[in-house]
Amino acid sequence: MPLEVIEVNGIATVQDLGRSGWRKFGVPASGAMDAFALRAANLLAGNAPNTPAIEVGMGCIAFRALRDCVIAAAGAGFGLSVYIWDFPLWSSCYVRAGWTIRLEKLDSGMWAYLAVSGGVQTPPVLGSASTYLRGPFGGFNGRRLEAGDVLRFGTSSRPFEALAARTLPESARPAYSDHPTLEVILGPQETHFTDESIESFLSSEYTVSSASDRMGYRLEGAALTCCGKPELLSEGMTMGAVQVPADGQPIVMMADSPTTGGYPKIATVISADLPLLAQCVPGRSKLRFQKTTMAKAQKKYREKMSGLEMVVEE
Amino acid sequence: MKPRLAPLGDSAVLIRLGEEIEEGVNRRVHALAALIEAAALKGVVETVPAYASLLVHYDPLALSYSQLAALLREKMAQAEETAFRKPRRIEVPVRYGGEAGVDLEEAARLLHLQVEEVIRLHSEKPYMVYMMGFTPGFPYMGKLNEALVLPRLATPRTRVPAGTVAIAGWQTGIYPLASPGGWRLIGWTPLTLFDPRAADPFLFAPGDEVQFVVESYAAGSH
Repeated sequence: MPLEVIEVNGIATVQDLGRSGWRKFGVPASGAMDAFALRAANLLAGNAPNTPAIEVGMGCIAFRALRDCVIAAAGAGFGLSVYIWDFPLWSSCYVRAGWTIRLEKLDSGMWAYLAVSGGVQTPPVLGSASTYLRGPFGGFNGRRLEAGDVLRFGTSSRPFEALAARTLPESARPAYSDHPTLEVILGPQETHFTDESIESFLSSEYTVSSASDRMGYRLEGAALTCCGKPELLSEGMTMGAVQVPADGQPIVMMADSPTTGGYPKIATVISADLPLLAQCVPGRSKLRFQKTTMAKAQKKYREKMSGLEMVVEE
Repeated sequence: MKPRLAPLGDSAVLIRLGEEIEEGVNRRVHALAALIEAAALKGVVETVPAYASLLVHYDPLALSYSQLAALLREKMAQAEETAFRKPRRIEVPVRYGGEAGVDLEEAARLLHLQVEEVIRLHSEKPYMVYMMGFTPGFPYMGKLNEALVLPRLATPRTRVPAGTVAIAGWQTGIYPLASPGGWRLIGWTPLTLFDPRAADPFLFAPGDEVQFVVESYAAGSH
């Protein structure tokens, strides 16, 4: 069931939920920046949550369906059109052979996911279809999609008629915003910072810098002062970890984060709020941090994830 | 020091075993990693050993922080009594100097040593792979002989070729992929450190011992 890329001017890559088991060798997890949206798009298209799909960021992309298929798009910052109609994100729709599928960039939001029933088929590298551009490996030959690429798909789990026209209600979707408040768990090196720095980290507004990418979102705002050693022995890191280099401007690690790092980490964004962070627009979005507890964070994440079960027939 | 647990967000736990680059501490890190991986605890995704810490990634939908912390404390107690396994030793042929080892002569000058002496000291004893990171397959190894300790380059290079052997501070490493780098380049190995499509993609694993073997020495091209 192939799809042909006919136009792309943003960053489009194949992603799933990322690589695991190889971080001890220095291989980043990669995977979707907004894992919730990837899962939702897959469920709407009748796929397992970890099925490879297309992640689009920054610009537009257009495909031609070379066979009938069911697609679903989810995420933020994109408008979807199929053939001559506009379709909402977070819904599935039946696409006829020959029709064009277009994701057009809108103002807010950064990443959209296009899932197709049966899933994108690319050879797994180190157990995952996720593209790691710096490798370069995974996904479509380790690179961004380009016009002329033809993507193959697996076999749909169910008849197309049973999969089309389903939606995830708005109440179950992340509350994306241009100025989100992200909950964090402080540490593990919060004691390396002055009390004033912790205070300003939790009370001031940060702008997402335009020098941000899939590896990390750089923030601009109140500088944070380290009172201990400015560098630690390198240790493991994860997506959402807020590192503070010597200049005091925090960097939040994202999907392509290096596996280890040596700057003190003041806090980590909770899993439930990572989609809100991922969809921040570099150079535009402003965000704040708010402290939470482990128990509340893990409860919130379980609740968000159970929202994925609310897929309904339209 | 007594190992300490600290959360890194809601899906990873950092176990700190020391504060310094020290072989004994690092061996305990690898022993603990092996124990946790062998236990195949439900919800534990993977572990990432570093110099003096171990990061445990987990799925918070499968188990809570407090449940995982209790399981890890059991393993930490067991690890105290676990005998260290003899590490795997890997020989790495090195062509010192030349175009790939472009900083060798400068390093010798800064260290007030003959180039031959730098090569001898670098290859005289096996190093431990303390951890891997930076890029896929990059081994952080040490400790270097005190006589070889130099700071990193003030300005990192934008591109260091794959296979380049380098030193920085107490450490030595090999660039598995062409990448930017701020370490001092002293040689090159023909071995492939990382092939993502191979059945066994990595030449080294954390905890291995690496013995450099002098294959040749070429004077610099400048």
